[in-house]
Amino acid sequence: MINLEIPSKFKPLVGQAHQVATEIFRPISRKYDLAEHEYPKELDALAALLDGMEDAAAGTGAGAAGVRRSEASNGDGGTRNGSNLSTVLGVMELCWGDVGLLLTMPRQGLGNSAIASVADEEQAARYAGKWAGMAITEPEAGSDSAAIRTTAELDGDEYVLNGEKIYVTSGERADMLVVWATLDRSQGRAAIKSFVVHRDNPGLKLDRLEHKLGIRASDTAAFILNDCRVPKEDLLGSPDIDTKKSFSGAMQTFDNTRPLVAAMAVGVARACIEETEKHLAAAGVEVDYDRPAASQSAAAAELLDLQANFEAARLLTMQAAWMADNSKPNSVQASLSKAKAGRSATDIALRCVKLCGSLGLAESELLEKWARDVKILDLFEGTQQIQQLIIARQLLGKSSSELK
Amino acid sequence: MSVADRSMGIGLKALRGLAGWEVIDRAGLRKPVERLIYESSKNGFRTAATAGRTFSATTKLGKPARQAKPSAPKLFDLEPDDEQQMLQEAFGDFAAEQLRPIAQDADAACAAPPELLAQTNELGAAMLGVPEQLGGAMTERSAVTAVLVTEKLAHGDMGLAAAILAPGAVSTAISLWGDADQQARYLPPFTEDEAPAAALAVLEPRVLFDPFELSSTAVRSGDGFALNGVKSLVPRVVDAELFVVAAQVEGEGPALFILESATEGLSVEPEPAMGVRAAATGRLVLEDVTVGAEALLGGASREVYSECIQRGRIAWAALALGTARAVLDYVIPYVNERQAFGEPISHRQAVAFTVSDIAIELEGMKLTTYRAASRADQGKSFAKEAAIARQLVVEKGMQIGSSGVQLLGGHGYVKEYPVERWYRDLRSAGVMEGALLV
Repeated sequence: MINLEIPSKFKPLVGQAHQVATEIFRPISRKYDLAEHEYPKELDALAALLDGMEDAAAGTGAGAAGVRRSEASNGDGGTRNGSNLSTVLGVMELCWGDVGLLLTMPRQGLGNSAIASVADEEQAARYAGKWAGMAITEPEAGSDSAAIRTTAELDGDEYVLNGEKIYVTSGERADMLVVWATLDRSQGRAAIKSFVVHRDNPGLKLDRLEHKLGIRASDTAAFILNDCRVPKEDLLGSPDIDTKKSFSGAMQTFDNTRPLVAAMAVGVARACIEETEKHLAAAGVEVDYDRPAASQSAAAAELLDLQANFEAARLLTMQAAWMADNSKPNSVQASLSKAKAGRSATDIALRCVKLCGSLGLAESELLEKWARDVKILDLFEGTQQIQQLIIARQLLGKSSSELK
Repeated sequence: MSVADRSMGIGLKALRGLAGWEVIDRAGLRKPVERLIYESSKNGFRTAATAGRTFSATTKLGKPARQAKPSAPKLFDLEPDDEQQMLQEAFGDFAAEQLRPIAQDADAACAAPPELLAQTNELGAAMLGVPEQLGGAMTERSAVTAVLVTEKLAHGDMGLAAAILAPGAVSTAISLWGDADQQARYLPPFTEDEAPAAALAVLEPRVLFDPFELSSTAVRSGDGFALNGVKSLVPRVVDAELFVVAAQVEGEGPALFILESATEGLSVEPEPAMGVRAAATGRLVLEDVTVGAEALLGGASREVYSECIQRGRIAWAALALGTARAVLDYVIPYVNERQAFGEPISHRQAVAFTVSDIAIELEGMKLTTYRAASRADQGKSFAKEAAIARQLVVEKGMQIGSSGVQLLGGHGYVKEYPVERWYRDLRSAGVMEGALLV
């Protein structure tokens, strides 16, 4: 039966996540925005707490690994609300607190999501409890991830990796990286595989940390891989080059992580809207939901528009996660959620700054920080334009060579 | 007996069969030019409202009959239940085969073919909201079901969908808020084959219209009220035998009144508009209309009136969903087939991304509309959710209509293609108030 409310069984989790956001993230938000590259040590205790929450609520985890697809169905033919949905709900709350801090939560990296998405059971068990960053982008290959130049060559029981990786979120702090490399550049995307590389691997060198517009609490690293030797059991998925399955193994990760990024955007957008509502209410402006927008003040009408776009983004995100929980193919819906949430959240944040004037701009408040943080969410894990390409190709039945 | 079984028994079965028939006779609509001349000469000349039938109670009810509310679901779920899927399929087939082919002619004629309206009466379109006790079909009242059905009809044509669903707004209003006497008097005819044309009149002809500050007035006089004012874009106003009219009760606030068309002081005039033309919209003029206290619906309660406005907004959002989906379904094959510069125009990002944007915003509109309706069914507040759904219809719905025309270029601008009609209809959906309810 159609119902779009948050299920009551997830309310405790949402409440806990909100408490973490309020009590832990918000108070240190500004501190780590100013102290870029400094490790937020407050998060160590929190990470332990989150691990506990996940273990206690087996199957309804709030973390990055919650995107692992479950084969089990409900049995009774009814709908299923599982870890994908609970994870996006948790992420929304935590990012209402601080998206930069969420991104640097120990053991909650996008690499963890990648492992959860494509690792076999043995690997999943072996990497449990480790923090994994994701290394895809290269100086010459961003959105065009099929064009990566990092190579992996099998040598005995090991792969030898060579290349350069940039924009690795939590690269400095993570225990290991999921590195994308090609087994054979001449075979295109089918030859691209992901490898788990431990940070203490002598062939992996941290080159530098970036200085960024926002999410400054989260470190963004560049690496050089120089004859970096990786045991062959650290290749995720199948080692075969199967041109028919092409990219699907690696790209499957994104179907699962795009709703997570959408959830981050939804969380930041809600923080902005709530803050703006508070300031506007103090100035005597509130939305009257009965009266037409045109009969209200311009600020109230704009606030309603922000709320409407926020709600569309939020429900699209829940839809994509719900589909994953119910084993429905959600590639299009994952991109719908990411595209809508990425652009709406950015638009919302910037309009909130505008509505709040000096209070929106000044560092005395957090709005200006959220408006800087939020832009990354329309860029990483597939830019707005990449999402639109994915959606259009699927709707129009076009290949990547036809619709470029 | 399940909802599906009962519905099947009273006509939906026939509806599914009908969908297989050839397009109904279009004879009455063949001469749009003559009709246009006729309409424009008629336009401006006010006529008395239709003489209509006399409504009298045939059954006595001790207390008002209400449909049950669906049980509260525990989980997030986007899957319609089996009965809803059956209705979606039936109404979807009906819209594709009976509405879409005649949409352009009905738009030009500013009228829905009487045979079509008679058919949909037989199918029970006007009685979805009538309690079972009074001969209605559905034991449970579900705004979600109404949204799903409305969406499917509008995929065929928004104007015809509005014409078909307009009487249901009146039966739904009386079912939800009528007292025992009002229900016994007015509802049984809606379950008959010759169900009355009826309309809910809220909108008024003025800028910055606010349904909570109406220009139409109801002044208490003696035991009853005297009503004055002008209502705008009322569907099927000329043929309607029964109205529910919104008017400001002096010193109390807006309220709903049941008015039979034969009441003295009521007059109607056609008011063709940019969109939703097949609904034969017009003005309803009230001049010293005197009614008894029994005409007041829902006791002038603010909650009842708010709920009415909100349910109307959800209904228009549902119509916009159907039409916006029609745009998307139409432009996909078009941009794939249309060639320019030696390849399909869909190979260009500017074109392809416009299609993506339609899909993105349509899906957001859909989910917000479903949420508003499902909260209504669960007895939760839904003012904010309805306002949000409407806001997206106003902005994104119109954007979709405009993109549809843009993607077809010059073809989008001519009546040989349906997208110019969808452009006009999608503008209307964001402006209309009342007229339909879920």
